[in-house]
Amino acid sequence: MLAPSQVAENYFLESRHQLLEIAAYLDRYDAAVARSGDRNGQAAADEKKLAVIRRALQIVAEQKPAQERTVALLELFATV
Amino acid sequence: MQIIQPHYHAIARTAQDYERMAMSGVVAVAEPAFWAGFDRKYPETFIDYFRQISEFEPTRAAQYGIRHFSWVAVNPKEAENPTLTREVLKHFPEFFAKPTVLGVGETGLHKSTKNECESLEAHVDIAMKHGQLVLIHTPHLADKAHGTKRVLEVLAGMNIDRERVWIDHVEEQTIRPCLDAGYWVGFTLYPITKCSPKRAVDMLEKYGTERILVNSSADWGPSDPFTLQECILEYRRRGHSLQEAIEVFHNNPCRFLGQNPKFDIQPIRVEPVGERITA
Repeated sequence: MLAPSQVAENYFLESRHQLLEIAAYLDRYDAAVARSGDRNGQAAADEKKLAVIRRALQIVAEQKPAQERTVALLELFATV
Repeated sequence: MQIIQPHYHAIARTAQDYERMAMSGVVAVAEPAFWAGFDRKYPETFIDYFRQISEFEPTRAAQYGIRHFSWVAVNPKEAENPTLTREVLKHFPEFFAKPTVLGVGETGLHKSTKNECESLEAHVDIAMKHGQLVLIHTPHLADKAHGTKRVLEVLAGMNIDRERVWIDHVEEQTIRPCLDAGYWVGFTLYPITKCSPKRAVDMLEKYGTERILVNSSADWGPSDPFTLQECILEYRRRGHSLQEAIEVFHNNPCRFLGQNPKFDIQPIRVEPVGERITA
């Protein structure tokens, strides 16, 4: 089993990478919206998915979650 | 599709990588001088390394039909030994005369120390005096923005042809000032620590394709030469045409590297031959 500092160190870059991918995903969406103009009602459907991602990020950022973050996220993603 | 891998540390990779790259369409690689994982002590160690990448490695690549080109430099991580740097620099002209050496690289900054900045300036200076191309490494992770700014400051004080300088490892926070200043830039794709294939395509869509090179570096650390092909797939999946992909992943390397006449691979264009296929 790893010590706390080993966990923090060993998985830092991997976590950084994954967060950058999420940031890029949201930037990519914003850029696509800016390019697309009239979207014929698609925005509402997109927003539902993005709201889940934003809620997931809030859960991930919680310092003292009521349950494991992974469990909370899986339950959240089960709603979409 | 024909692909050029413009930044590839071949001596750290196996023959199987060459074989699979050839099968995926790679027709040429360019190998900058790199850090060995430890600080070298002797000029002769560099000289033999330069011989390896300029004499032996082209023969290994040729077995798979891949053209191999190279660059010479003292790595920024080793710039804290100015005496060593000066001794190695004296030997650069003999390598500039080799048929596959394209220029000076990868020089650049690691921690942006005074010695590193002086080494960068000396590398760029000798390249310009000998009409060579320049490949500049920018720091990774926390030092990226500061190091790139320092690279631009050092270059701004020099008399150089900016179109012959490629600033590598740019990311979202550093690409714009490098392009705005007139340099070529490179995206380096790594599984974890640098740019990802998807983010690279995002930047291609945002900034266009002019003066941009994409590479996967692929050294002895956690890295993968096929992140370049992943990037091509991502680019094509988003609806960019085959010719547009060729422009980025083949023709742009031809345009930059071809400023040195030793790099004689020409940009290509795909066209239908106009034949009617009948059953």
